[in-house]
Amino acid sequence: MKIVHSWLLDLAKSLPDDVDAIAETLSDIGLACESVDRVGATVAGVITARVIKTERHPDAAKVHRVFLDCGDGTEHHVWCGAFNMQPGDIIPWATPGTTMPDGRAIETKPIVGISSEGMCCSARELGLGDDHGGILILDPSTPVGVPYGKALGLAEEVVYDLDVLRNRPDAYGHVGVARDLAARFGVPFSASDGSIKATGALKSAPVEIVAADRCPRFTTIVLSGVRVTQSPDWMASRLAAAGMRSINNVVDVSNYVMLETNQPNHAYDFERLGGGGFRIRLAREGETMITLDDVERTLTAEDLLICDLDDRPIGLAGIMGGQNTEISDDTTVIALETAWFEPLGIMKSVQRTGLRSEASARFERGMDPYGIDASVSRFIELLRLTCPELVVHEGAVDARTDHLPKPAIIEVRPSRVGALLGAQFSAQEIVSLIAPLGFVGALHGDTISVTVPTWRPDCTLEVDIIEEVARHYGYSRLGATVPKSTQPGGLSPVQQRRRRVRDVVLGLGVSEAMPHPFLTDGDLDRAGLSNVAVRLLNPLAVGDDVLRTSLRPGLLKAIAFNESHRRPGVSLFEVGHVYPPSDDVLPAEHEVLAVVLAGREAPAAVAVWRELATTMGWGARLDQSVVASGLHPTRSATLSAGRDVVGLVGEVHPDVLDAYGISQRVAVLEVNLSLLLATEPKVAQWKPTSRFPSSDIDLAFTVPTSVTAEKVEKSLRQNAGALLVDIVLFDVYRTDASAESRSLAFRLRLQANDRTLTDSDVADIRNKCINGAAKLGAQLR
Amino acid sequence: MIEAIDAARSASEARIAAASTVDELRALDTELLGKKSALADVKAGLGKLATVEEKKAAGQAVNEAMAAVRSALDARIALIARAERDVQLAAEALDLTEHFVAPGRGRPHIVTQAWQRLEDVFVGLGFQVAEGPEVETDWYNFEALNMPPSHPARSMHDTFYVDHGSTGSTVLRTHTSPVQIRVMQTVKPPIYMIMPGRVFRNETTDATHLAVFHQIEGLVIDKGITLADLAGTIDAFTKAFFGEGFGSRLRPSYFPFTEPSAEFDIRTPDGSWLELGGCGMVHPNVLRAGGLDPEEWSGFAFGFGIDRMAKERHGVGDVREMYTNDIRFIEQF
Repeated sequence: MKIVHSWLLDLAKSLPDDVDAIAETLSDIGLACESVDRVGATVAGVITARVIKTERHPDAAKVHRVFLDCGDGTEHHVWCGAFNMQPGDIIPWATPGTTMPDGRAIETKPIVGISSEGMCCSARELGLGDDHGGILILDPSTPVGVPYGKALGLAEEVVYDLDVLRNRPDAYGHVGVARDLAARFGVPFSASDGSIKATGALKSAPVEIVAADRCPRFTTIVLSGVRVTQSPDWMASRLAAAGMRSINNVVDVSNYVMLETNQPNHAYDFERLGGGGFRIRLAREGETMITLDDVERTLTAEDLLICDLDDRPIGLAGIMGGQNTEISDDTTVIALETAWFEPLGIMKSVQRTGLRSEASARFERGMDPYGIDASVSRFIELLRLTCPELVVHEGAVDARTDHLPKPAIIEVRPSRVGALLGAQFSAQEIVSLIAPLGFVGALHGDTISVTVPTWRPDCTLEVDIIEEVARHYGYSRLGATVPKSTQPGGLSPVQQRRRRVRDVVLGLGVSEAMPHPFLTDGDLDRAGLSNVAVRLLNPLAVGDDVLRTSLRPGLLKAIAFNESHRRPGVSLFEVGHVYPPSDDVLPAEHEVLAVVLAGREAPAAVAVWRELATTMGWGARLDQSVVASGLHPTRSATLSAGRDVVGLVGEVHPDVLDAYGISQRVAVLEVNLSLLLATEPKVAQWKPTSRFPSSDIDLAFTVPTSVTAEKVEKSLRQNAGALLVDIVLFDVYRTDASAESRSLAFRLRLQANDRTLTDSDVADIRNKCINGAAKLGAQLR
Repeated sequence: MIEAIDAARSASEARIAAASTVDELRALDTELLGKKSALADVKAGLGKLATVEEKKAAGQAVNEAMAAVRSALDARIALIARAERDVQLAAEALDLTEHFVAPGRGRPHIVTQAWQRLEDVFVGLGFQVAEGPEVETDWYNFEALNMPPSHPARSMHDTFYVDHGSTGSTVLRTHTSPVQIRVMQTVKPPIYMIMPGRVFRNETTDATHLAVFHQIEGLVIDKGITLADLAGTIDAFTKAFFGEGFGSRLRPSYFPFTEPSAEFDIRTPDGSWLELGGCGMVHPNVLRAGGLDPEEWSGFAFGFGIDRMAKERHGVGDVREMYTNDIRFIEQF
């Protein structure tokens, strides 16, 4: 919201004329000042000059010679590429040495050997608008040789760009901002009292409200003696500073009053108003009207229309007027409409039509239902400046329905103010603090009855008033204390375990990636995954609508990216959420750890799992009979614990790698962290270390391919019994990949707690182990 | 006799001096001092001597000779061993700058680093950490946070709607605030919690905005919690996280779920201000939605972005860089 400094000072004359102080205070009272801009600044060195004559030159087709008189008795010569001036015209002339707003330095330089002193300026070059069609021609009465800004009466305006939040609709107008500032600075502020003196004959624009809930108040007043002309310079300059173009005096006054009082209004050409009055009703489904921006709008039965009494739509209520009753240069009688519309209805129409305006922005946030009179009175006052013959007719209409909001009254307990703010205020202090903001407090015993000003529809509860107290007292004055927490801080057991998981994986040389959680159908297909997934209804990009069911697609994409950037062999992990479908209130969202090791084979992923399982106290079976989709069918396994599938481990399917354009093998591990982190791992219990010597047995077996190493190991463990303290598989040997068996070599360490083992102890165990393994088809080599 | 002793001693000492390895010397130990050595023979022959005086003199001489040989042997062993070790050490010389890059530890993502640093600071200030789902119901994400279906403030959130349940009932959470409600529903006050997590906004990404990013939220609910407590907590966090030279301030603002509401800014040691996040006293309607009586309990909440902490700390020019999963980015931190 652009708020003009000089305008604020008009409304609260005792405010400090100190831009920094105002800007800082604005932020301190919650009207965050994003920037302070100076607009309408004139360009030093540009003065007015009269065109003496112009001449073409045979060697320069695109420019002509302009001879200027700037009152110093010398004829100045300028080459100029614009041809719109005549001898006698007054134009702005940038003298040599001027720096233009775009940074160009104006110097004396020659064209076809004849030097050019400076430059003739267009409006745009001087920052006076968009017109670059030719040189700016000034009023013939303009004196020559004076700074053009002075000749034009241009005033430099300071503009505060405020980030006005949803709860402060009133701060969209200068009055609202000035009132808040005046309260903080403790200076007087007085708004217009809204009295209107009608002197003309009875001339009325009657109002018929059909949609009572959507249009609780609609006022009209007829003004004649209007002459459509230009606005005074100061008004045009302020409008420009606030970001609006000057159009004509009537439109400008309408806009000016809105920017000042915040209340939008609309002036209709009374002569063109069918039936000379208004009907406010809902549109019929499919009804059309052409709005001021020359677009035909098709409406729904929820859009509110302003019609004339012939039922012809003349405005989309609160958003934009229609073309048919627009003010023209010939207009002399206007009907001024000033109304209050129900905010939500306007908001919905804006969302539906996509049509926004300064008026709709205000109505949808909520206007002051009782601010209309002051804005009408101000409209008349300002229009009279350019229309001295203005007549205000008797017969103004103020149509209201039962839906017009009434001023709210809120009970405020001073004890509650102190309890929430941490600083104590007496009832009287509270009343005085909020009075300049328009809140009227009356003491009733221990409470204050606060009547909320009608321009503050956001205030509905006691806490809203407490915020006003804090805001105007100053947040920074309330002090800073640190509450004493009676509970110990800390991470939950699950969070601590998650950190350990990360630490284990990081320790194995795997780095953390954070792929995007949205996928496309193509991503799921590429990864060999089912496309049964939860979808977004409104994705950012078409098709980018799948909530991931697996972390794998994102990580594979990362591997492909890195491989294509000459970084094969990356090891990445992610700890993130997946969102599989569910019949429950929410999808079956849970947390997963996924590890991908590019350039590594399945055993590398199994090793990561074993390291995690050991550190975290996790247990699971590797079930190679069940392989998840997208994985290498003979090099992958499901990790199961009891009936739960807790994860998968192995290698990515070569088809998937091909689809991703990955030319290396990728080992993969995925585990369901939500499941695994939920259980408290068993705390390791001390086993005494034997003081007696240990004995090792090395056993190498030829084992059929169909018998897993795990099975052999399990059998060895059982047969070695209580004396086994350690068993490791230390060698695997295959003659070739297609062989039906391979050699597995185990080392068993045996030890007793109470004695040194004898040779026969060891021999017995060795025989039992060999016999046990033989039952599985494993032959001692 | 004495002559024989001296001769044996001289011969032994000569042998010792001539030996050049520890192994040779250990062999000499037996040869020169063992049972079959010349000196041992002499000692064994002492009994044949005639007089006590002779026996005594010869005995003393042989003992001295043996001690001298022993000492020469030990000294020679020590000398040679030292020399041999010196040769070994010289031969083992390594250039420790001949460095092959070995696979080291993996690197945690910078957002995780920022996330954990924030958690650690708040844990130090007495906070616990709560989490919640990323796919949320409309009720938790909006309605319970004082944003009923038609609330205008909903337009401040560009929401991703999820095709689950009835239309509009399920969203990707637009902030971590729904976790506040879940915490209030399950934890009896006093509550001192932070809630970090991933959040989603349906807006086009650019150098400073992402559609998927991370927030951390704080919630304190206890008896007699005030706006001054909020200011003090923000300041304590600022100093703990950024450093003692930093300060903070609150500015009035608006959020539907807090009243009074504020923005909080951080003052850097050079005196400039940085907008960090939003905060305020928990709105009575929000306390009620969480099942708490606003007359009995009061509290404050605050929140800000985690990604920005990582971006600013490491001087990353464009937040999107943090999510390319380019190993050349990840390995830098």
